[in-house]
Amino acid sequence: MDPTDIARWQFAITTVYHFLFVPITIGLSAIIAGYEITWLRTRDERWLRLTKFFGKLFLINFAIGVVTGIVQEFQFGMNWSDYSRFVGDVFGAPLAIEGLLAFFLESTFLGLWIFGWDRLSGRLHAACMVLVHLGTLFSAYFILAANSWMQNPVGFAYNPDTGRAEMNDFAAVMLNKVQLATFPHVILSAYMTGAAFVVGIALWHLRRSRAERDEALFGPAVRSGAWIVLVAALGVVITGDVQGKIMTEVQPMKMAAAEGLYETEKPADFSLFQLGTLDGEQETFSFKVPGMLSYLATGTPGGEVQGINDLREQYRETYGADPGAAYYSPGDYTPVIPLTYWTFRLMMGLGMAGAAVAAWILWATRRGSTSGGRSVLAAAIALPFLPLLANSFGWIFTEMGRQPWAVFGLMTTEHSVSPGLTTTEAWISLLTLSAVYGVLAVVEVRLLLTWIRRGADELPADDPTSGDDRPLAFAY
Amino acid sequence: MELTTVWFILIAVLWIGYFALEGFDFGVGMLLPVLARNDTERRVMINTIGPVWDGNEVWLLVAGGATFAAFPEWYATLFSGFYLPLLIILVALIVRGLAFEYRAKRDDARWRARWDLSIIIGSLLPSVLWGVAFANILRGVPIDHDLEYVGGFFNLLNPYALLGGFTTLGLFLTHGALFIALKTDGEIRHRARRLAVPTAAVTAVIAVAFLAWTQEQSGTVASAVSFTVAAAALLGAGAAAWAGREGWAFAGTFATIALAVAGLFLALFPDVMPTTLVDGTSLTTTNAAATSYTLRIMTVVAALFTPLVLAYQGWTYWVFRKRIAVHHIPLAPAPVDTSA
Ligand code: HDD
Ligand code: HEM
Ligand code: HEM
Repeated sequence: MDPTDIARWQFAITTVYHFLFVPITIGLSAIIAGYEITWLRTRDERWLRLTKFFGKLFLINFAIGVVTGIVQEFQFGMNWSDYSRFVGDVFGAPLAIEGLLAFFLESTFLGLWIFGWDRLSGRLHAACMVLVHLGTLFSAYFILAANSWMQNPVGFAYNPDTGRAEMNDFAAVMLNKVQLATFPHVILSAYMTGAAFVVGIALWHLRRSRAERDEALFGPAVRSGAWIVLVAALGVVITGDVQGKIMTEVQPMKMAAAEGLYETEKPADFSLFQLGTLDGEQETFSFKVPGMLSYLATGTPGGEVQGINDLREQYRETYGADPGAAYYSPGDYTPVIPLTYWTFRLMMGLGMAGAAVAAWILWATRRGSTSGGRSVLAAAIALPFLPLLANSFGWIFTEMGRQPWAVFGLMTTEHSVSPGLTTTEAWISLLTLSAVYGVLAVVEVRLLLTWIRRGADELPADDPTSGDDRPLAFAY
Repeated sequence: MELTTVWFILIAVLWIGYFALEGFDFGVGMLLPVLARNDTERRVMINTIGPVWDGNEVWLLVAGGATFAAFPEWYATLFSGFYLPLLIILVALIVRGLAFEYRAKRDDARWRARWDLSIIIGSLLPSVLWGVAFANILRGVPIDHDLEYVGGFFNLLNPYALLGGFTTLGLFLTHGALFIALKTDGEIRHRARRLAVPTAAVTAVIAVAFLAWTQEQSGTVASAVSFTVAAAALLGAGAAAWAGREGWAFAGTFATIALAVAGLFLALFPDVMPTTLVDGTSLTTTNAAATSYTLRIMTVVAALFTPLVLAYQGWTYWVFRKRIAVHHIPLAPAPVDTSA
């Protein structure tokens, strides 16, 4: 493999890994803030116990999200220096603002939340978690604005003297139409993921311990969580639908690749699955929903969807004909079709399966009923993984579907990589980070399982010592 | 003043913030095996930085992001050029960051010993490597006319750079010892104060050598003033520690680090990464900068939000102002360990 391929693998591995923890952080911080506020309102201790129980799991997850984020911040410069030079004027600003607005907020107020149980009033303490959640939203907004610009570059001009893209309209970058659809889609899928995490764990406790107290504790968490999963899923579908239409407009090749549609069709069908040659050029068997691709892409079941072959010609004309621009090579302009085809379906399929499982759980636990037996336990264990995997596949689709572009229409991935990067360096970096991440995955999962099994602690009795000698309410 | 100069100053401020704040939590991490005699004492030390280390680290992330936005060419050349040292720093920060959160999550001596080692090494490596990196920036590195670094890894290990590494190491150790003296009570506090005095003395010798070498190499009048006051502050810190004035001593090392870093940036200006090649091109605040449009946007954002960040970070230190002692440490929660 050449340095470009290695760097791509590294980017894919580290980013997908980072994004396993990010949606849980975003979703769980909102839910924990909700628990703590409910506790303040009702003074019902169950909500405090839930706050503390899920708070611990949150911290285990957050820590690894933070440390993997540090790599993200620097690898643009390390592996993608030509990319950084080319886009820095546009792309750097959201990244810097993310740090200033979001990371400071998250880290500072989380520190206050963790150690502040006995130093802050109840309301201030709950406010800290609300601010942490706000920080995660800022974080997502700015990083997604940066990513949306790569999907649909706006608000800039190419400067031939400096050879780079230069920003001339910050508002356009922040309010990119791709961004306006992507942000709610990602946030809602994060709520779905966070809530599925809660429901899975709470339900598992419900089914395992027959103790009545746990019933009263985890029952409300299961039901409120399952409702969040369902409502968020609805929003995810609606925003995903909007995204599909925008995508067809700004990156028609990605939509064609999502279906493996080689010839332009009107109306175009959507296949639920398809068997054929690996590149999808010859299909042997498929199961199709008539007109659905037309609907996804254009909003009407009879709309025309352009196929890969036509688009390839079109792209060649547009992008291959301009000899002045050094940043792309006339090429195929087609992403890896089987990958885009399957990741798109896995995103929708696994996500919808998650929503279905949540609906079924709501039904199975209605009016405190505990019917369903072992299958409820299976649902509890499966549920958290469904939206989590849907998220990963959605990102792999989005990013691979943009290929061969790093910045659509402006710069290919091939031209993005650091020119000085040697194969040895790239390997050292990829292998080191993968090994570290692999070990951390094992450590993290074991730790989570330990603390999940341990369950929600009883609240400690009031300590008789007072004043300065009192032990800390929380210590590492 | 030109916006490029404003952003040069702002980036200097971000690095000053990073080194002056994370410097002490690096120091605390490295001193874990020196100052603590048992697990409870180690926990006392870790809990002094528990609520703040992550916020301190964000100064680095913002310095990185701000460099990307304001001087994209600098960001690109620096991080692709100093590839392997930076990779080591990243891995160190990863294991260190997790260690704080994870070490107390299992009641198992071997588990904790491993995370303690992560904290120690994860604090030590960046403490040395940041000094090495900054010294190399000041000394100049081979950068060709495409603004690419062409020096390789071993070029970065030269006597001047190593002296820079020992300087940051010594400063952070002193800074950390004084932070422990300021934030703990009992035995550890006294141990820390006793250690701070000789550490400060040794550091003063190394730091003066490094700063004098820097001054001789690329100094200006302004950097000379900055370095001199920095050295004086370090001696003052040592004296204050000797006299038992922990607050003053800590303020002294804080000022030392701030002024030394400020002096380095003063010596660098208007270059941001000078080249050592005859036919190469030095990166300067002009040729590495973003457009003035981007810099204007960034200036507005920074002006609006930096005061807010400073206010709430400052408030955190106020909330956690009390000293911690052994009797404040609650028993370790002992999870039923069914997975191991
Ligand atoms: C729980 C997770 C989840 C679920 C259930 C869905 N998605 Fe999604 N989707 C994501 C999680 C996600 C994501 C990981 O968050 C992505 C990656 C990039 C992005 O914007 O969101 C994504 C991307 C993404 C894109 C690509 C945008 C682009 O490349 O510009 C489209 C068109 C859709 N989604 C459409 C849908 C539709 C029509 C869905 C409903 C059936 C759907 N998604 C369910
Ligand atoms: C967190 C969710 C994200 C995931 C899971 C993700 C995933 C990926 C993947 C799988 C690739 C590799 C494509 C390939 O092999 O070429 C890639 C490429 C890339 N992505 Fe993303 N991405 C995410 C978000 C972002 C964001 C928010 C940005 C920008 C700030 C970004 C910037 C890039 C860049 C610069 C590349 C270039 C490397 C390449 O194209 O190979 N990604 N991403
Ligand atoms: C869709 C894409 C992304 C989103 C929504 C996102 C969001 C987040 C969130 C919520 C956190 C908080 C901690 C946690 O993860 O648990 C975080 C951490 C972090 N992320 Fe990402 N991230 C994304 C991708 C990236 C990328 C591409 C970068 C690189 C620039 C990045 C840089 C960071 C950094 C540096 C941190 C650590 C912050 C700290 O110390 O508190 N993230 N990110």
